[in-house]
Amino acid sequence: MNTVDLKDKDKLFLTEKKANSPWSKLKRNKTAMIGLFIVIIMTLLALFSPVFAPHDPNQMNLSKVHLKPGVEGFIFGTDDVGRDILSRIIYGARISMIVAIGGTLVGGIIGVLLGLISGYSGGTIDSIIMRLMDAMFAFPFVLLAIVLMTVLGNGLRNVILAIGIANIPGYARITRGQVHVVKNEEYCNAIRVLGASNTRLLLNHILPNILSPIIVYATLSIAGAIISEAALSFLGLGISPPTASWGNILRGGKDFLNTYPHVATISGLFILITVLGFNLLGDGIRDVLDPKMKR
Amino acid sequence: MKEKLLDVKDLKTYFYLSSGIVKAVDGVSFTLEKGQTMGIVGESGSGKSVTASSITRLISKPIGKIVNGEVLFEGKDILKMSNKELLSIRGKDISMIFQDPMTSLDPVYRIGEQMIEVILTHQKISKQEAKRIAIDALINVGISDAEDRFNSYPHEFSGGMRQRVMIAMSLVGDLKLIIADEPTTALDVTVQAKVLELLKDVQKKTNTSILMITHNLGVVWDMCDTVMVMYAGKTVEYAKVKELYKNPLHPYTWGLLDSMPKLSQDSNKPLITIEGSPPDLRLTGNFCNFHYRCPYVQDICRTKMPELIEVDEGHFVSCHFQTRENTLERKEV
Amino acid sequence: MKDVILKVNNLSQKFKIKSKKLFDKPKILKAVNNVSFEVYRGETLGIIGESGCGKSTLGRTIIKLLNPTEGEILYNGKKINDLRGSQLKSIRKDIQIIFQDPYSSLDPRKTTGYLIEEPMIIHNIDDSKKRREKVETLLKEVGLDVKHYNRYPHEFSGGQRQRINIARALALDPKLIICDEPVSALDVSVQAQVLNLFKDLQKKHGLTYIFISHDLSVVKYISDRIVIMYLGKIVEIGDNESIYSDPKHPYTLALFSAIPPESPFEKKEKLTLEGEIPSPLNLPKDCPLTGRCPHEMAICSQKNPELVDVGKSHKVACFLYQQKGNEKNE
Repeated sequence: MNTVDLKDKDKLFLTEKKANSPWSKLKRNKTAMIGLFIVIIMTLLALFSPVFAPHDPNQMNLSKVHLKPGVEGFIFGTDDVGRDILSRIIYGARISMIVAIGGTLVGGIIGVLLGLISGYSGGTIDSIIMRLMDAMFAFPFVLLAIVLMTVLGNGLRNVILAIGIANIPGYARITRGQVHVVKNEEYCNAIRVLGASNTRLLLNHILPNILSPIIVYATLSIAGAIISEAALSFLGLGISPPTASWGNILRGGKDFLNTYPHVATISGLFILITVLGFNLLGDGIRDVLDPKMKR
Repeated sequence: MKEKLLDVKDLKTYFYLSSGIVKAVDGVSFTLEKGQTMGIVGESGSGKSVTASSITRLISKPIGKIVNGEVLFEGKDILKMSNKELLSIRGKDISMIFQDPMTSLDPVYRIGEQMIEVILTHQKISKQEAKRIAIDALINVGISDAEDRFNSYPHEFSGGMRQRVMIAMSLVGDLKLIIADEPTTALDVTVQAKVLELLKDVQKKTNTSILMITHNLGVVWDMCDTVMVMYAGKTVEYAKVKELYKNPLHPYTWGLLDSMPKLSQDSNKPLITIEGSPPDLRLTGNFCNFHYRCPYVQDICRTKMPELIEVDEGHFVSCHFQTRENTLERKEV
Repeated sequence: MKDVILKVNNLSQKFKIKSKKLFDKPKILKAVNNVSFEVYRGETLGIIGESGCGKSTLGRTIIKLLNPTEGEILYNGKKINDLRGSQLKSIRKDIQIIFQDPYSSLDPRKTTGYLIEEPMIIHNIDDSKKRREKVETLLKEVGLDVKHYNRYPHEFSGGQRQRINIARALALDPKLIICDEPVSALDVSVQAQVLNLFKDLQKKHGLTYIFISHDLSVVKYISDRIVIMYLGKIVEIGDNESIYSDPKHPYTLALFSAIPPESPFEKKEKLTLEGEIPSPLNLPKDCPLTGRCPHEMAICSQKNPELVDVGKSHKVACFLYQQKGNEKNE
């Protein structure tokens, strides 16, 4: 049949394949590239904090309290007990990223599983799961976190859990909606007719086809998780001091906002830039993977 | 004396993709006289629909661009018109009917409102008068209880009814040309038959010209006076319908005629097919686009583009071996 | 005696349609309404009908994508409509389906090779090396190339995708294939190629086809026997020859007269039915064609016509012929 299949055609086909690959599309999107750049920088800071940090983040020095940025070699200055803010920001990046990614993973895995089950089975199971999700949605996040932290206690693991649990309904909903669309596609019928089990259909055919919007959602929700961590720590519900996290630094700076604004401003700025980075990247990925979702 | 209504000259519409230039319409010329019906047949990707959209400049920018040609409508070049002039022509003089009537009707407005809007944009009359004209048009296309149906939404109609509404909407103006792009492809055969009858009726009453884009040769036999066969953005053959049926000249036309299953077909014999699939429109070059699939291919076909030659009065064909001097022997299969 | 591979007895498929109004009872949509027929081994049974006549629902019920509301389906004499689990799985090997839309019926994220191999993986057939060999044979058999093994569906044209679908259906060596409008979405020249392929494969593998289509010329070309459906019912059934040379039912006649002419010289006499196909929601108890039929009689709106034999296993469900039959008997 393919006697007419030319070398030209194959060549064209390959260039087209290359041009249409998600990565090369993303590369053409400038804002997404800026986002990616920020995300990479923050990830590097988080991964190699000890290398980048000029000082020990917890080293107090009461003779050098509240130094202005740039003074005595402290690029971002020092805080109320003389700790180097730059080092704290760098170590804080580590905590913030761990919490954000961990929370997203916890919420994502549980939420996607619930969404798959709910969307595919329908009926009573669907109703029960979704009503549960509605209830969680209706519950204010901070209240939910307060309850969880009171029950579980402070600490990194529990912050991750709290953020993860709060993220579950979002993933469940988006997954369920996608499953609803995909499960009635003709190719799913074709697989059913071949005798495939439900598990096979769900994991091998439905899940790969709904992954793009979930990845997009995940990238965007990492940004949300960073803010959540900051908010929890700011409220004193998150990472317990003296461990550096961006929320903690912000909290430490809030009492001196009038006299030494640099503490809060710098940590706030880092939160802002990182969240912006993830959002830009997420938008870019969305445009590439799921153009229909573009509003 | 026959009057030219539409005269298309060397029309070229290209689409600029990151992977290359798609020459969707590549030098197409034809004329359409008043009250006549012309068919454009071809497979998907032959450029037949793009030709139709180019005439009313419905090409999505910036990817698509009409790069060359003239589209003379009553002597005026549509391609050079200002947007205002263009809008006054669309819907008033020229109307388009698409394959899926659902997409050409706005789902959130009632049929009646949409019709009145079309009437009022082109005629300065009162809303009441417009409504009367609209209802008359609906009755004309055979919609029973038009008064009630006037207040229905598009989704409350069946496919055939929606296509009737589209025809009715094209009737409300003083229409000169209907461009029908696969108007019956989505419809059942019995409904198709009715819609085609209706189009013929309308044409008889109003002396409208019809440009019929279709892949169905049966529809061409039924409706058209002349027909243009397109392949890969180019005209391969252009003739009167009866002439094309009796004396088709291009090997692609032969293949097209043969591969349609017919009721008179001996079902024990395999269908005669055109091998392969339509070419990639980015790979057209200085050769005959059909040479990949042509059973009569020779060296010259791969190195030179054949020109469209008038071999007989009104019968044009684009093949190196079908000229005034040469003829190609059609193989018996 | 002909060998019956599939027998359908009084099959009905009803759907509940929720009413738009809050407290109204759900309406019943009878997509397939008391249908019975037999399919013989090695033949092609064509099913013709317009949209909404229930032909696709019938196909999907036979393949058990839907459970029939009433009636039974017998495969090789064995009732299959309430099978479950492993028994159902083993029937799936024998009965396969090819869908209309070559674009949506292939998982876009799997390669051609995997798509064709998957049915064998599901049914634990052979080891991966043998499976790969089989996939390559199948690719060649349906007119594709081995180098297409690692390509994704979107890299193929509609005709090629339909070939992938056919190869996948063949992977389990089925006996019966339901073809649900398999060529409707294809270009004319490609359609002819695929039709020829269907015929070749049938000869080679001794396949039985149920070929569902709205295109009368295509059905005529491919089928041995033909069923004509209207509003969920069979109105006429018979041999290809006798249906096309001597159609009886007023609906069949109208359908045939609506086919576009085969040449510009052919002037067809159009025999149109009044109005439009009614919604299967408000199905009348009488003959489904009442209100549209040019030969309507008093009895038509009182009773439902049964299929009666008009010779050579040609059956029609119309009172016109029942009365004639009765008269002859008297």
